Order: sequence, then C-alpha cells, then structure tokens
Amino acid sequence: MTRTLDHLPQRLASDRDGAFPDLVRAMQDGVFSGVLQFTRNRHDAEDVTQETFVRVYRALGTYDADRIRSLRLRPWVWTIALNLCRNRARTVARHPEAQLTVDRVDTHGDASIEAVNEVSLEAWRDRLAALPAPQRTAVVLHHVVGLPYAEIAASTDRTESTVRSDVRRGLARLRTLIEEEAQ
Amino acid sequence: MTSEETIADELATLKRCAPSDVLGRVMRGVDLADEFTEIEGPTGPAYVAWNGRGITAFVPVDAVGTPDAFKERHPREAFHVEAPPPSLAKHLDRAIETGRLGRLPVDLSSIGAFQRKVLEKCSEIPPGEIRPYGWIAREIGSPGAVRAVGTALGRNPVPVLIPCHRVVRTDGRIGNYAYGSPMKRALLEHEGLDPDAIETSAQRGVRLVGSDTTGIYCFPTCRHAKRIAEAHRVEFRSEAAARADGYRACKVCRPAA
Repeated sequence: MTRTLDHLPQRLASDRDGAFPDLVRAMQDGVFSGVLQFTRNRHDAEDVTQETFVRVYRALGTYDADRIRSLRLRPWVWTIALNLCRNRARTVARHPEAQLTVDRVDTHGDASIEAVNEVSLEAWRDRLAALPAPQRTAVVLHHVVGLPYAEIAASTDRTESTVRSDVRRGLARLRTLIEEEAQ
Repeated sequence: MTSEETIADELATLKRCAPSDVLGRVMRGVDLADEFTEIEGPTGPAYVAWNGRGITAFVPVDAVGTPDAFKERHPREAFHVEAPPPSLAKHLDRAIETGRLGRLPVDLSSIGAFQRKVLEKCSEIPPGEIRPYGWIAREIGSPGAVRAVGTALGRNPVPVLIPCHRVVRTDGRIGNYAYGSPMKRALLEHEGLDPDAIETSAQRGVRLVGSDTTGIYCFPTCRHAKRIAEAHRVEFRSEAAARADGYRACKVCRPAA
C-alpha cells in the first residue's frame, strides 16, 4: 500500500481519472477510521469520508501536473478531511436539534464481537472528545490512523515537535481519564 | 494500572474498514463511474448502465453473463445497483415499451461527432420500419460514408434503445448485428416485421414500393407504404426506375435526397 502511495502523485499527474480510484482504495480505511473519531456517528463519518475524496478529486483538477507530482498525498488528503470534520462539528454545534439524530450504535441485544467492538469505539470516542482539539487530532492520527509525526505536522500545519508533545500529553490525559473511570 | 503503551495499543484497535460502497459513492460523486442494473428488454434480460447525463450502455445478459463480467467489459468503472433512479426508470420503461427513445437521455458525450450524428439519425427510425445504411449516410450529409456508418452502428453503445437493428444492408438483406444476426431478426419480429419476407422480396429485386394512386414511392416498411392497397401497389428496383415512371419520393421515409 505504501508503495502504491509513493507512485500515486506521478500517476495522478499523468492520468488523474485512472489513478484516482487507487488513491481512494489506498486511503479510504485510514480516512474513515480517523474521521469516525472526529464525527458524531458512523453515518456522519461515511459522509465526511466520501466528501473528502470528492474534494480531493476536484482539487486535483485545479492543480497543474508539477504541483500534483510534488504533493505529499496523505498529509494533503488529511488537511482536507480535518477541515470537513471541523465544518461538520461547527454545523452540528449551530443546529443542536440535529444532535437528536445521534445514533448510539445499535448494540442492544446483539452480543456479537462487532457490537462489543463498537461499544469500545463509543467509549474511546467519548474519552477522546474530552481532549483539547490539537491533542485529540494528533493522538487519533498517530495511534488510530498510523500517520508518522511528520505527516501529522504537515496536515495540521504545526511543527513536528509540537505534534509529538500533543500526542504525549494526549495519552497522559487519556490515562488519567481511564483511571478516573475506574474509581 | 493502565500504561500509556496499552492505551496506544487499544487505540490501534479502533482502526476500521471503510464501508464497501465508499469508492462507488465517491466515483459517482465525481462522475467517474456509472451504475448498472438488469432490466427486461424486448427480446430478453439486459444490463443497462447510466451516469448523471443519461444511459451509457445496453448489453443483453446472454452476451456477457454475470454482473462482474459486465463490469469487466464496461468502458468505465460501474457499480451494480438494484434499480435505476425513478426519474430515469420512467423514461427507460417507456422507451422499451414503445421502441422510441422519447425523453430518455442517452450519454453520447464520449463518442465522436460522426458516430453521434449516425446514432442520432438512427434514433429517428420508427419502430417496425427499416432503412439501408446508405440512407443514414446520405441523411447526415456523408453519402460516401456507407461503410463508416456500418462501423459506427456496430459500435452503438446502447443498441435496442438506439435502434441500429432497424438499419439493414442496401441489397435488402438484414445483415450483421453486434450481438448476432438472430437477435437483430428477433428484434425486428418483435416490432411486427417479417425478416424472411423482407429478404425474399429484396432477392426478387424489390427496393422500393409506390402507390399508383398517389404517384409516391417509399421504402417498403415506411408506414405510408404499408397502407398501400394490394391492387395499387407498384414495386421498383431503383429510384431511377421509380422516377422514370413519374413517381416522386415520399417525404416521410425520404428514399431519395
């Protein structure tokens, strides 16, 4: 997968339409996993994931070949995704009635592994939501999505050392939260 | 006691696979992909594909097999769905029922100008009538391009809906069809024509028929030719022969320029 991403800017520059599906395939799981933590529910996460790639495609159409070739794809795509997550959060905050539609994943009566997984997903989303935004972003991108510090720094327009310390402080905060839950 | 390492490990388990339809939704969102489904065509089931601009393909199920095989041969990425959107379904049903495109949009945007002219002209041929390849060539202003017309029709991405089965050889034989001559004959029969009789009559040399009461000559399957009473029906081997007898060309089927 990493190798595919390495060659993608080159391919996108010469054949945007042909290479674009591979970009989506290579990045959709990562984007979805991260966005799932930055939105209220699965439905919003699907929407934002889809919209991210639609925006990516349209943006590619406005760039010349040289600019596409020099793109760092993952940070760039994540910049777009994070923007959409922020916009979505703002819309939700402005229209609180929309909160009513939050679907606490339908786990009732279903003891399957997936359901258990989703319960833990919900629990983590709540804990992560308690972190300051920069820490939450850094922790999710590094530990859930698996982005290296440098790429997180590039996608959030911060320095690498800031991102490192955000991740570190975020984890410490999560640990405190979990210990508080246990009491 | 929870360590930060275990927290990191737990966070790593929050990774999920994107829903399987994300790629499809994105591709449709940016207009890089089509959707397709099965419908019942006039002579059997068919795959129909479309995008935001209109119908992009019509292929008999028998000719390709499984939906995966259809995807494989479709020129664009295509996603299998249950049914066309209602707005399209209405016009599609009507087109199948009437044998005319009517208001059904067809996406010919990826097709060259010449082929598009050929296909648009072909769509004007009413159900139950046939025209020779040369007729299309002449009507679109390229009377010498008869072979090119044949090629353009042979590559018709939406056969049946754009009725290339209604275009036959100049010598009167039914001729070839992308999905085999039997299907072409079946489609014509479905529209009330008798392919065997058409070929037999052509073999006798009949190309045009006229009415001695009106003095007008037509292609034999023109709706006005079909109304000619047996007693007044005159057969011609060529336009020259008809004109020599003082007949003029029908203005509906336009057998002559």
